[in-house]
Amino acid sequence: MRVVVAMSGGVDSSVAAALLKEQGYEVIGMMLRLWSEPGKEGSNRCCTPDAMEMAKRVAGRLKIPFYAIDVREVFYDTVVKYFIDGYTQGITPNPCLVCNRTIRFHILLERALAFGAEYLATGHYARLRRDDLSGIVQLLRGIDTHKDQSYVLHVLNQQQLSRVLFPVGTLTKSEVREVARRINLPISDRPDSQDLCFLAGDDYRNFLERHIPQNLEVGNIVNLDGVSLGTHRGLAYYTIGQRKGLGITSKYPIYVLKKELESNTLVVGEEGYLGQRQLYTVNNNWISGKQPEGSFRVQVKIRYKAREAWATVRPLGDYQTEVIFDEPQRDITPGQAAVYYDDEMVLGGGIIAIDKE
Amino acid sequence: MELQRIYLDYAATTPVDQRVLETMLPYFSEHYGNPSSIHTFGQEAESAMENARETVAQILNCQPKEIIFTSCGSESDNLALRGAAFAARQTRNANHLLITPVEHHAVSRTAEQLAERHGFVLEYIPVDQYGQVQPDEFRRCLRDDTALVSVIYANNEIGTINPIASIGEICRDRGISFHTDGVQAAAYLPIDVNQLNVDLMAIGAHKFYGPKGIGALYVRDGTPLIPTQTGGGQEYGIRAGTSNTPYIVGLAEALRLANEDRQQRTSHVQPLRDLLIEHTLAQIPDSQLTGHPQQRMPNHASFVFKGVDGNALLMMLDVEGFACSSGSACKTGSPEPSDVLTSLGYSNEWALGSLRVTLGIQTKPEEIDTFNRHLPGAVQRIRQLIG
Repeated sequence: MRVVVAMSGGVDSSVAAALLKEQGYEVIGMMLRLWSEPGKEGSNRCCTPDAMEMAKRVAGRLKIPFYAIDVREVFYDTVVKYFIDGYTQGITPNPCLVCNRTIRFHILLERALAFGAEYLATGHYARLRRDDLSGIVQLLRGIDTHKDQSYVLHVLNQQQLSRVLFPVGTLTKSEVREVARRINLPISDRPDSQDLCFLAGDDYRNFLERHIPQNLEVGNIVNLDGVSLGTHRGLAYYTIGQRKGLGITSKYPIYVLKKELESNTLVVGEEGYLGQRQLYTVNNNWISGKQPEGSFRVQVKIRYKAREAWATVRPLGDYQTEVIFDEPQRDITPGQAAVYYDDEMVLGGGIIAIDKE
Repeated sequence: MELQRIYLDYAATTPVDQRVLETMLPYFSEHYGNPSSIHTFGQEAESAMENARETVAQILNCQPKEIIFTSCGSESDNLALRGAAFAARQTRNANHLLITPVEHHAVSRTAEQLAERHGFVLEYIPVDQYGQVQPDEFRRCLRDDTALVSVIYANNEIGTINPIASIGEICRDRGISFHTDGVQAAAYLPIDVNQLNVDLMAIGAHKFYGPKGIGALYVRDGTPLIPTQTGGGQEYGIRAGTSNTPYIVGLAEALRLANEDRQQRTSHVQPLRDLLIEHTLAQIPDSQLTGHPQQRMPNHASFVFKGVDGNALLMMLDVEGFACSSGSACKTGSPEPSDVLTSLGYSNEWALGSLRVTLGIQTKPEEIDTFNRHLPGAVQRIRQLIG
């Protein structure tokens, strides 16, 4: 049976390929060539020439064919544009979700199927479980709770999940490294990074300065009483919950509470005001393909690295939900995803909205 | 079940003929002397090398001293262009270079560097829709200060054969050095340098069932040429570096066999190639042959398919067991159309969907049959891809 493995040159996808090969699959390696800013191709996190060389070497070692797929144009048009547009709209977008939905598990998956593969495999730390009764493929957390990547996979639908494999999802990172050592894979141990690939190690603020300087307008910083405390350098520079770099002196630590796009105002306040119990989401995806009926109790994760918190989710129709947490949550950030977990199972998730739409 | 792979990329490289390999083997560990050495070991090696040079010279119809062994076709092109351009500047203050827009990069990139970094004026000889130079038009491009003309003999991407003899005659009348990149041509076409009227001609052994890593440059006696690789004075002081005896022997044997079997090889590949072209154009909508319909390499078929991602097509064919190539064979998957196809006026919509299928003496009729049955479906599947 033929499987395409999305390879990045890193240890996870390399081991994924090796494991499938060991299991007797006919494995084909593919690597996406993603967009980089002109002149920065050398430091794009996931597809530098170095990373491609590494992936090629791994493929050579595993004796599997390897192909690079150029998706730079469509990546720019969907993922990078989404990122830039998000900041112009005052949110903190998560472009990886868009990449997963429109590039990795769409274009690459389609390519894999066209090449006669049954499955597309990736090096994500997540698991799949087919529910024999309903035939539904469930998305579960990876075994390694520190590496679990189910958060960024909540955008996948049944059609995609039924054609996907996550071979390292049942392993811990150290077990993955162990496999790599055992079969002597030529892996350079790059540190895991959470930066966006196309930022190429640069601060996203510098990126925005180059791409949307017109949206980086200086404005007022005010407290909750509307008292002006200083000036900000452009709302896109700040994230909810941010403390450093505000340039305000105060007796107590001061945090970013809110961005008011219309008046170009940054609202700040003490830590006590940071928490919120309620949020709204849009563009929800339900793993099962069906929106649950009525409210339900789940644990909700509001950022990739956030800790889950108990909440009641109320579907509002039109792929929207209201989420009420048991306890106030810090750092609720419009543009990031709220992902709903029933224990180890992902039910779905949506994008946190600035307000109820 | 192991996939039966079918190799249809003989313009990229060919397997080493067993007979060629056998002539090479003694010169690795047995007769390993350095041809430049005075002792018997050296003399043995030198004798083998000079025999090889003589063989090559006979086939090219020139003197042995006019054959310079190099490391590959690209090096030969580099030596010809740099060496002749700088020499012409020195001897007659000529700074004008003429090449075609359909040269191999070994020529075009070298000419571009001579223009960008060394002050030469680079101009392009117009070619027709098939990438062919028309001698009368070419005549008008020449200037008194033209240092060197370089025209590819048979094009690697589109297979078109140029009227080298006529171009050479025009150059000779004007006293201008004329180089041809004969790397593809040498496998099937006549390479008598006197019939071709060339002053310089590059060849590389691995295109005609010889080993990789060895080439030669023909340099007509009296053609001004400044060495670009200096050192120990090998190759008449034109190309320094310890002589690669086994590979030189291999090149000569491969060329000897190519010359001997020229007719036979051509009549093997050409009818199969014709079938392939006919079938492809008939079965695949929105397909075109690139390059000249008749005056082309007998083993060479090249196409463009409208609205096809050529790289994806190559990958799919490979997965299914067919090794082909494209105009823009780029392993990083970069969707840049080839310079050659762009210069012939193909829009991106066509040029990005290029496919090159080149046959060889090992190609079996059944293989072409299998390929013919397979290709239309593959193109169709690629056309259905998103993104």
